[in-house]
Amino acid sequence: MMPETKTAPKQHYLADLAGVPMNGRPAWLNALRADATARFQQAEYPHVRMEAWRHTNIAPIVNTPYASAIAPTPHGLTRNAVGDKLFGGDWIELVFVDGWFAPDLSRLSAMVPDMYAGSLHEVLGSPDAALAEPHLGKVLRGENAFTALNAAFLRDGALLHVPANMVLQTPVHLLFLSTGRRERLAAHIRNLLILGRHSQASVTVTYAALSGDADYLNNVAEEIVLGENAHLDYCKIVNEGASGNHLAVTECLHARDSRCRAFLATVGGRIVRNEHRTRLEGQGAGCDVGGLYLNDGQRLIDNTLHILHAQPQCDSRIHCRGILNDESRAVYLGKVHVLRAAQKTDSNQLNSTMLLSDKAIIDAKPQLEIYADDVKCTHGATVGAPPPELVFYFRSRGMDEATARAMLTRGFAEEAIGDVKPEAVRDRIRRHILEKYGAKRLG
Amino acid sequence: MKEPSAALEQAAYGGSRVERSNREVAAMADREYKYGWTTDIETETIPKGLNENIIRMISEKKGEPEWMLEWRLKAYRRWQECVEPKWAKVVYEEPDFQAIRYYAAPKRRPQLNDLSEVDPTLLETFEKLGIPLEEQKRLSGVAVDAVFDSVSVATTHKDILAKKGIIFCSMSEAIREHPDLVQRYLGSVVPPGDNFYAALNSAVFSDGSFVYVPKGVRCPMDLSTYFRINAADTGQFERTLVIADEGAEVSYLEGCTAPRRDENQLHAAVVELVAHKDATIRYSTVQNWYAGDKDGRGGIYNFVTKRGKCLGDRSRISWTQVETGSAITWKYPSCLLMGHDSVGEFYSVALTRNRQQADTGTKMIHIGRNTRSTIISKTISLGQSDNSYRGLVRIMPKAENARNYTQCDSLLIGNHCGAHTFPYIDARNRTASVEHEASTSKISEDQLFYCQSRGISPENAISMVVNGFCKEVFDHLPMEFAVEASKLLSISLEGSVG
Repeated sequence: MMPETKTAPKQHYLADLAGVPMNGRPAWLNALRADATARFQQAEYPHVRMEAWRHTNIAPIVNTPYASAIAPTPHGLTRNAVGDKLFGGDWIELVFVDGWFAPDLSRLSAMVPDMYAGSLHEVLGSPDAALAEPHLGKVLRGENAFTALNAAFLRDGALLHVPANMVLQTPVHLLFLSTGRRERLAAHIRNLLILGRHSQASVTVTYAALSGDADYLNNVAEEIVLGENAHLDYCKIVNEGASGNHLAVTECLHARDSRCRAFLATVGGRIVRNEHRTRLEGQGAGCDVGGLYLNDGQRLIDNTLHILHAQPQCDSRIHCRGILNDESRAVYLGKVHVLRAAQKTDSNQLNSTMLLSDKAIIDAKPQLEIYADDVKCTHGATVGAPPPELVFYFRSRGMDEATARAMLTRGFAEEAIGDVKPEAVRDRIRRHILEKYGAKRLG
Repeated sequence: MKEPSAALEQAAYGGSRVERSNREVAAMADREYKYGWTTDIETETIPKGLNENIIRMISEKKGEPEWMLEWRLKAYRRWQECVEPKWAKVVYEEPDFQAIRYYAAPKRRPQLNDLSEVDPTLLETFEKLGIPLEEQKRLSGVAVDAVFDSVSVATTHKDILAKKGIIFCSMSEAIREHPDLVQRYLGSVVPPGDNFYAALNSAVFSDGSFVYVPKGVRCPMDLSTYFRINAADTGQFERTLVIADEGAEVSYLEGCTAPRRDENQLHAAVVELVAHKDATIRYSTVQNWYAGDKDGRGGIYNFVTKRGKCLGDRSRISWTQVETGSAITWKYPSCLLMGHDSVGEFYSVALTRNRQQADTGTKMIHIGRNTRSTIISKTISLGQSDNSYRGLVRIMPKAENARNYTQCDSLLIGNHCGAHTFPYIDARNRTASVEHEASTSKISEDQLFYCQSRGISPENAISMVVNGFCKEVFDHLPMEFAVEASKLLSISLEGSVG
């Protein structure tokens, strides 16, 4: 029987919260934090008797007394040591270590005037805090105890501001490293991306572990605001350590004619939940959410995708693929919600999962909730193993079974990443696919 | 001169048709319920409310043996620990379980040997409902068991069935006459504590039908039950048990109606099907309980647990349902596919209008090897109704080569209704192949235009499109029911858009 999460303690978080200084911060921020603290105290931790968490048991996280990273500690890392996690080249790269901005590892030389990319913590202590005020904490609606906790701490994370009419040619990389040097550390990471009207940007967010086996928690909340006709390429790669946990809620608010192409790749972590919420609140807005989850061992990956069609003539597309091996488990929930006003909605979603082992479990829930009559909404889901006919085809051409299976598996995964941009990100995801499903690995 | 393309556009999207269809939707929403009358017949009832004494009273009135009473009391105690399910996408006022009368029966009811001994008023009632018991007696068509309020009033064709060794009788009779079968199977598919309403039903169920088809027998006629709620403040809690022994085959139909009342009435039935090796059970429902008036006043709360067990290898259970009534529907006919190579099927049409709410679907649990299931669900929403499909397909680790195909299509007519799909797919075996497809749309303007350009009125055009939309499901209904279902659908769409 799983441990009860309802009565799990909150004191350790509350004690850490009491240690966060209030001075030097704008009054609205302190009010926002106090409000969130109150909500956290009232909220139940998510548990499997809640419909939205029915197949995602996070009791191991809830019942671990994580210590929160309320202040930065010296990390002693060099750019060389973390080089393989960076993209280099002409990228704008912001590196965070255990939730705190590390300017010495970051590379900001490619920044252009008028844009801002930097530490949220720093901005909030400066007069520029006004940049964040209209949006911070106001976009996120999908709240649970952990997002409330995230807002209550509101320590560090990235702030990206692309002003109106700017087309940002250089891609931005936000890299969050977990060192694992402190056992049971919780980092409450907050990102805010603001794209002004007619602007364009490409942002890749990576969560990666530096070493081994530490048990830690990344409690992530991301808010994305897209102005009229803004275009964003957003890619998230979650590669937490073998005992690292990742609970994230990302909410993207669309104004008229804005577009977001999002991709969520999950390759590592003990319990990972990506809750990606899109609100199409302007006419003609659209989004395209892709996903790939590669799971093995006894790990759990949950992709919960919500798309709200609030205005007419919006379109959305979800294409999420996964491969499960060993005793791993994945949850997919795709919910498209079409409000009465959202006539002429065009939406489709597809979830395909390949099971490589008899002990792997997939729970797929593609859902539609529709209140408008002039819409075109479809969804599909498939679950299965590589078809024996295809394996036979390969074998009849002289390939051994392991190679055949590995190629089919890789091909299945590759199909999901075709549209990922920029190229460097796609290559990186491809590298993860190869690492996991090279011929030798699958035997 | 007007451009021809503009004229076409005017015809396809312009005001006149939209206005007309709006009028038609409004007219349809106003249509009244055909079976809304009550029968003035003296009934024997018990006090309102629910406690152990009431259960003892029900059991005593029905002359049940001690083990049955014990079974009921155990279920009652389980019910007290159960929590009312809240996950369905329906909004309603929780029924007050102490304000319901749990037993009502037509009075003057000595042991009936023949239909001629049945109260004539009652027979008239069934005539009015379109179940000609008298006629049925003569023509070899469908054997009918009619349940009025709480008790079964007549079962036809018993003799013919008895010759084949088929038992088709009311549940109370089965408890008296065939206690060994009832004890063996009752609660074996839906255990008394399965869920809130199943527990309630197990404690207070009053009657229902019992069917047993012995080994190798193919039931020569369709069996049918008609349910009718008549008395005020009563709930109907029937229990149906259908058992098909090895190699047997049976087709079972049920239909239901209730009078118009401003209060909500509760209907919480349990249906259990058991299919042994090589057996086939087809279970069809045409549900037309009173749905409440256009403002959502009154109507039946239809909270039903239906489940079938494909116990033996190569057994097959097929559910077909046409749901047009009830204020609230909460119903998931399910299949436990335990035997190897067993097959589960679910075909459903659910139509909601006015302020009806339906949350319905199925569960297919694949346990044995090479099990297959098919789910075809068609939902149609009109007026201000909400219609959800909720289905679970679970492939257990030992279910090698399990296959499932699911298709859910929703049709929205008017822009104040909602159509939702909530499928759950849990796969635990890599050889599983699960496919799910769903779509939501309105009636295509192109199709309507095509029909109209061939001289078909908009009303008939819509009716044609909707009937075509449901055809896949109607094809699986027995002849008589397919006709009735099609009629029901056109009544619901009468003077409207289909």
